[in-house]
Amino acid sequence: MAEIAVAAWPAVSSPGAGLESAPSTPRQHCLDLDDYSRAEIEQVLETAAAMQEILARPIKRTPALRGKTVVNCFYEPSTRTRVSFEIAAKNLSADVVTFSSGGSSVEKGESLIDTARTLVALGADVLVMRHHLAGAPYVVARSAGAHVVNAGDGSHAHPTQALLDLYTLRHRLGDLSGKTIGIVGDVLHSRVARSNVHGLTRLGAQVVLCGPATLLPHCSTLPGVTLEHHLDRLLPHLDAVMPLRIQKERASAGLIPSLREYRREYGMTLERLERLPAGAVVLHPGPMNEGVEIDPEVARSARSAIEEQVTNGVAVRMAVLYLLAGGAQ
Amino acid sequence: MILANLRGRADLQLGSGGPRIDCRGLTLLPGFVDLHCHLREPGLEHKETIRTGTAAAAAGGFTTVCCMPNTEPAIDTLATLRLVQDTARSQGAVRVLPIAAVTRGRAGSELTDMAELAGAGAVAFSDDGSPVADSRLMRLALEYAASFGRPVIDHCEDPRLTAGGAMHEGAVSERLGLPGWPTAGEEVMVARDIALAAQTGAHVHLAHLSTAPAVELVRAAKRRGIHVTAEVTPHHLTLTDAWVERGGYDTNCKVNPPLRTDADRAALLEGLIDGTIDAIATDHAPHARVEKECEFESAAFGISNLETAFGSLMGLVHTGQLPFEVLVDKLTRGPAAVLGLSLPEDDWTLVDPDAEWMVDVDRFRSRGRNSPLHGQRLTGRVLLTVCRGVVAFDGLSEAVAA
Repeated sequence: MAEIAVAAWPAVSSPGAGLESAPSTPRQHCLDLDDYSRAEIEQVLETAAAMQEILARPIKRTPALRGKTVVNCFYEPSTRTRVSFEIAAKNLSADVVTFSSGGSSVEKGESLIDTARTLVALGADVLVMRHHLAGAPYVVARSAGAHVVNAGDGSHAHPTQALLDLYTLRHRLGDLSGKTIGIVGDVLHSRVARSNVHGLTRLGAQVVLCGPATLLPHCSTLPGVTLEHHLDRLLPHLDAVMPLRIQKERASAGLIPSLREYRREYGMTLERLERLPAGAVVLHPGPMNEGVEIDPEVARSARSAIEEQVTNGVAVRMAVLYLLAGGAQ
Repeated sequence: MILANLRGRADLQLGSGGPRIDCRGLTLLPGFVDLHCHLREPGLEHKETIRTGTAAAAAGGFTTVCCMPNTEPAIDTLATLRLVQDTARSQGAVRVLPIAAVTRGRAGSELTDMAELAGAGAVAFSDDGSPVADSRLMRLALEYAASFGRPVIDHCEDPRLTAGGAMHEGAVSERLGLPGWPTAGEEVMVARDIALAAQTGAHVHLAHLSTAPAVELVRAAKRRGIHVTAEVTPHHLTLTDAWVERGGYDTNCKVNPPLRTDADRAALLEGLIDGTIDAIATDHAPHARVEKECEFESAAFGISNLETAFGSLMGLVHTGQLPFEVLVDKLTRGPAAVLGLSLPEDDWTLVDPDAEWMVDVDRFRSRGRNSPLHGQRLTGRVLLTVCRGVVAFDGLSEAVAA
């Protein structure tokens, strides 16, 4: 594999990032993985395994969040993440309210902070927030007085998706130290890629970001992350590959010439699946554009862990909610 | 340009029979001149008014402010220009010199009646906030305005390159997942404007330079004798894009052009000291709370700057990055010279270069509380501002109380 450049997002934003011990003060929010230590990620994954055991029981419920109120604030359409969080909170016996709202706070004339404060005044203990603009959960976390879980903010972060990817990869591959994971496609606009870079490198994996130059980051550097423009060169070196959803408007915006050319260069086809080493896994954060970034035969092959990702998502989100709001806090 | 270092002098009398002020250890300077601020009136009074904006200017040591025409309606007709001038005369704490729009409605297609506006007191022309994207129109504006001795001030931004940009394109924007505003977006427009100034011989003034390549282009243009002048803001001299991340998507750090890297900051400082950059201008851009307490990408661009400009810039002096004499020159003679004006003799500002104070936006005179410096300790304070021989701001009693 040709190393073209060293790339992507070092975790510098939060004090304590990268420390090997769990933080001494209890965590208040789950906004991104950049401020999770390796030990803390392990703790989430172990807790998720315990949650998975609960999910295997005939009555899939634990009273861990009884009496707590979780409000799912979805400022961007979502089906799988919204339902996954709802089921996770219900499995923990929390009271769950979900609202969906389009547009930005400025368009509505009410500040995002005022909305969040209102929800807390109504009794919310946890705000799960999906927003089409980067950083929105940070604005709320600074001032609302409730635990905030980032369920995806613009192009920035999607920490629970990355945690469920880590959980799934660990289940399939074991220890991720020294493993090489390829993230393919529109990395520049992908919150899934960003959070995965933090999580995977924290667990000792090598990450290769693969895509056309117009869809990769240009500026930053991080040990353990490299850039590659040629997927066919990369595939034989990978332990797992994660094609990202390509938004069709990237072609109309000129970032790629056409979806046809994109599929030709970066689509996970059966032929490309053959180039992966034995035992390598295919992930996809969903929803898929079948026939563009991934072919249906690949998504349904024995190497695909895509359905497991969805199932594991509930256990991982239960773990995140429990670790923030459960227990004696 | 320092009028007096009053160390050792006991007091100063304001006028004959006026109050005597104990001035030991203080420095008397000419009143500051701001080439670039937004007073928001008419039309955007929920952000700022001429009364509050000029009170903020006085508190910041400014005795002359040039207000940008991106009001509603824009300052593009004699009627709106007169409204601003009349309001400033009746309610303003300091001198207000309006800048009129280059094009009608700042829409970038038809020139305003520039000769009439200049005759009535418009000191320059600018579509600030939007560049004049059409290069031919910009050429015509430069030529026409030059015929009656007025510069065109351009906000240098290639609108296609910067579309959607919320912060400087670089490592921080990539980490934060925010759309980037690339360095080249400024550089190409600066290069174009220099080319047009060279072609026409007219005077172009470049607003709020923010990048190292732009400084280099201006330096080379001045060496060639092209009539180009430039300004830089206090925030581009003191802050970087790291502040956006440090504050967790702090919308008070969202400004256009965006906060850049430390290398850009160093180049701007170098350009200021070597004379490439003529003036420090605040780009004071007050906004209402709701316009900043929101998602970063939805937030308005701008910093409420008039009241912190001197204190934040004094940080550069105290750390040995900027000579005090240069700072004073770029706040007084430099900006006045860009407009071909001399400094009024009855305007002055009394400062204590060593006084420490804490920025508290709730004590701002400005209606705009949007400052990334809230809670910061600054060293260097304006104590008294006198405009047209009248006290416009008296911070002496406040300083004594504190």
